[in-house]
Amino acid sequence: MNAKRVDKIATGVLYAIAALVVIILVALLGYILVQGVPEISWHFLTSPALSFEAGGGIGIQLFNSFYLLFLALLISLPISLGAGIYLNEYAGQNTITGLIRTTIEILSSLPSVVVGLFGYLFFVVQFKLGFSILSGAFALTVFNLPILTRSIEEALANISDDQREAGYALGLSRWETVTKIVVPAALPSIITGVVLSAGRIFGEAAALIYTAGQSAPALNFSDWNPFNISSPLSPLRPAETLAVHIWKINSEGIMPDAKAVSAGASAVLIIAVLLFNFLARWLGKRLYKHLTAE
Amino acid sequence: MDKIRASLLKKSIATKIERRGKILSLSCLALIILVVFLIFYFVASRGLATFFQNHINLWQFLSGIQWNPGTVGSNGQPAVGALPMIVGSFLITIFSAIVATPFAIGTAVFMTEISPRRGAQILRPVTELLVGIPSVVYGFIGLQVVVPFVRNTFGGSGYGILSGTFVLFVMILPTVTSMSADALNAVPRYYREASLALGATRWQTIYKVVLRAAIPGMLTAIVFGMARAFGEALAVQMVIGNATLLPHNLVSPASTLTSILTMGIGNTVMGSLQNNALWSLAMILLLMSLLFNLIIRYIGRKGKLNHER
Amino acid sequence: MKKSRVIQLLGLILVGVGIGFGYTNRAHTDTGESITAVGSTALQPLVEAAGEQYSSEHTGVFINVQGGGSGTGLSQIQSGAVAIGNSDIFAEEQAGINAKKLQDHQVAVVGIAPIINKQTGIRNLTKQQLIQVFTGKVKNWRELGGKNLPIVLINRAQGSGTRKTFESYALDGQKSADSQEQDSSGLARSIVGSTPGAVSYVAFSYLDHSVTTLKVDGVTPTEANVRHNRWKIWSYEHLYTQKQPNQLTKKFITYILSEAVQKKLVKQLGYISVHDMQVQRRASGKITTVK
Repeated sequence: MNAKRVDKIATGVLYAIAALVVIILVALLGYILVQGVPEISWHFLTSPALSFEAGGGIGIQLFNSFYLLFLALLISLPISLGAGIYLNEYAGQNTITGLIRTTIEILSSLPSVVVGLFGYLFFVVQFKLGFSILSGAFALTVFNLPILTRSIEEALANISDDQREAGYALGLSRWETVTKIVVPAALPSIITGVVLSAGRIFGEAAALIYTAGQSAPALNFSDWNPFNISSPLSPLRPAETLAVHIWKINSEGIMPDAKAVSAGASAVLIIAVLLFNFLARWLGKRLYKHLTAE
Repeated sequence: MDKIRASLLKKSIATKIERRGKILSLSCLALIILVVFLIFYFVASRGLATFFQNHINLWQFLSGIQWNPGTVGSNGQPAVGALPMIVGSFLITIFSAIVATPFAIGTAVFMTEISPRRGAQILRPVTELLVGIPSVVYGFIGLQVVVPFVRNTFGGSGYGILSGTFVLFVMILPTVTSMSADALNAVPRYYREASLALGATRWQTIYKVVLRAAIPGMLTAIVFGMARAFGEALAVQMVIGNATLLPHNLVSPASTLTSILTMGIGNTVMGSLQNNALWSLAMILLLMSLLFNLIIRYIGRKGKLNHER
Repeated sequence: MKKSRVIQLLGLILVGVGIGFGYTNRAHTDTGESITAVGSTALQPLVEAAGEQYSSEHTGVFINVQGGGSGTGLSQIQSGAVAIGNSDIFAEEQAGINAKKLQDHQVAVVGIAPIINKQTGIRNLTKQQLIQVFTGKVKNWRELGGKNLPIVLINRAQGSGTRKTFESYALDGQKSADSQEQDSSGLARSIVGSTPGAVSYVAFSYLDHSVTTLKVDGVTPTEANVRHNRWKIWSYEHLYTQKQPNQLTKKFITYILSEAVQKKLVKQLGYISVHDMQVQRRASGKITTVK
C-alpha cells in the first residue's frame, strides 16, 4: 500500500469519526428537544410546580435558577477578577505561583458532589444558613471560581504587552494600567468567559441538592422586599432549581405527568444553555467591534 | 529643603493606589486558596472520623467487599468495605476514557487538520454546547435510551458498568475533544510545513509529526476527562444500578463512590458511623481528583521539556 | 475622575437606602411566625401542601419545608436547628439519634406494596416465598410458578424508611440480599416497569398500571386492609419536634391532624389518615387495637 492510499483511507476514517460524533451529539440534542419542546407553553413556564396533580409548571424553578445564577456571579466575578489580575499581572514565575495555580486547578476538578457536601457542612450546618439560596450561591461560587479565574487570566494574558508599556509610558501605575487599559481591552473575552461559565453553573444539580435544597415554596411575586421570606428576592428561602427539579421528579415525582414535566424542563434547560452560548458569542463580537472601532 | 525631601520620600497617590490594588487582588487569590483548604479540612475531618473515632481499619475499609454500615459484617466489625464502589468508579472511568479517546482525537484532528472551516463552524459550537448540558439530562436520556438498548443487546437488566460507560463516554467526549483540539492547534505551523515540504502526505504529517508533538496536551485532555468521569454523580447514579457488589461482568449492576454518596447522605445522621463512612468515600473522591491533577501536572512538565529540547 | 466618584458614591447610598428601607418595611409577622420543617422527601409534599393551606388561612405565617432525607431531618431536630424534623421511620430506629429527647407526632400512615414486572406472570406470593425472593434463595420466577425469567431485585437505598419498613414487616426482619439500589420510589417503579423479571416495593401512592402489584398470602394491598393490619407492610410518617415545641409548631401539627388535612390532602397524596387506623403500632413493632 502506498502512502497516497493510506492518506485517503485515513482521511476517510477521520471524516467518518467526525461525522459519527456529530451524529451522536445532534441526535442527543434532537432527542431532548423533540421530547420536550411540545410540553413547553406559557403556562408551563410560568405556573408553579404541583407535587401530586398533573398540569404543574416550572415557573418558580426557572426563576430560582436565574436568581441563583445571578447571585453566584455577583459573588464570584469580583473575586475571580481580582485573582485573575494578580495571577497574570503581579505574580512572578516561581514555585509559589505554580503551587497556587495547581491549587486552583484542583478546585476546578473537584467532583461537584464533594463541593455540594462541603457546602452542606460549611454553609448549611456550620453557618446555619439552612437550605437556602445563599448556601446554594456560595456552593456555586466555589464551583465557578476556578473556571472563571482561569478564563479571566487567559483573557488578560492575550492582551499584548504594548498596551501595558503604553500605560507605563504615560506615567500610570501598574494597577491603573490594569484597571484602565488592560481589563477594558480584555472585556470582550472576559464577558464571553463569564457567560459560558454561567451556562455551566445553570445546569448544575449535584452541588445544589444539599445546599439550595429540594423544595420550591410558593412565592409572592408582588412582594419584592428581600427581607420577607416569601419574596422572590429573599436569599434565605430554599430554592429548588430547574436542574434539581428534573432530578427530583425523575426520582420522586408522583404527579401523573412526571415524564412530560421532566422532558419539558430538560428542553428548557438545554434551550437556556443554548441561549447562553449564543449570547456569549454575540456579546463578544459586539463588544470587540465596539472597542476596536473607537 | 525639608519639604522637598519629605515630598520625595512620601509615597505618591499612585503608589498608594498601586499598593491597595495589589493587596486587593492578592486577597481575592488568597480567598480562593482558603476555600480549597477549607474543603480539604472539612471533608477530611469527617472522613477521617471513620478511622479515628469509629476505629475502622483503613485496610478493611479499602479492601472489604461488604457495604452495609448499619450492620455488623462477618468479621464482627461494622460492614464498611468500600472496594465495590472503588472498583466500580475506576472501571467506568477507565472504560469511558478508552471509548472516548479515539473518537475525541479523531474529531479533534478533523477539526484542526482536515477541515478547519467545518470544524470552526459546526463541530466547535456543538461541542461547546454539549459541555454545558446538565448531567441530570444525560442521566435522564441514559435511563430512557441507553439502559433499554444495553438490556436488549447485551442482556442483563441493562443497569451496570456498560450503561455507565456509554453515558460517561458522551459526557466527557466534548471536553476531551475540545481540549485535544487546543493541543493540536498549539503545534507550531512550521512543523507541518516542514513535514509537507519533505514530501509527506497529510496523514503522514498528522500521524508522524502533529500527533506526536501534541501527545502531552492530549494526555492532559484524557486525564482531565477521566477526572470528570470519576467525579460525575447524578447521571451515573441513574444508570449504574447502585448495587454494592463487585461487578461480575459489564452488565451486572454495580456502584460508584459518587452514586452511593448521593444516595446515602440524606438518610444518615451527622456524626454516626454510617454518615462518617460516607464522608470517607467523599475523601477518596477528593484524593483521587488530587491524584489526577498531579498526573496532569507531571505530563505537562514532561511535555514542556520535550519541546524545549 | 471626580464625577465618577460622585456617581459611585450616589449609587452606593441608593443601594444602602434601598436595603434599609426594605428592612424597616419588612413584614413584621414573619420574624416570629415562621417555622422550618426539614427531612424526608416522601413526606415533603404533604407538609408543603398543608403548610401552604395553613399560611393562606393565617396571614403572615410561613411554613418553610425542606427536603434532605429522614436522617437529615432527625439530626437537624436533634441539634435544635429546626422546629420540625420529618421522618419516615421511628427515631428509635435511626442510629445516632436519642429518641427520648424528641416528641413524636404520627401524621399519616403509608402502605408499602411489593411490585413486579408484568411479564413474570405472578400475582400472589406467600410471605415465605417473598422472603426467599428478597434474600436471594430463589433466583428464577419459574421456581415460583412464573415464567422462565431471572429475578432482578431492586432495593431502596440503605437507610431509607421504605426499605426499613419492608425488611421489618415483609421479610420478618431479615436483611435483603445485596442488589441494585435506587434512592427513590419513582425510579424503582420505572425500573420494575421496564425490566423483565424485576421486583421491588413502593408506597401505595406510587402504584400504577405500569407494574403488577403483588398480593401477599392472598391479601390485597389496600387501604382497608392496612387499617385492620391485615396488610402488615405499613409505617407511620412522623413529624418530630422538641419535647416543648413553640406555639406555632404546636398549632401547625394540630392543623395537620385536623379533619381538613387528614380527610383531603392526606388522601390525595395517597397516604392513609391516622384517624382511620384501627390498630396502633409501637416503635418496637407491638400492635394494639384502637378502641
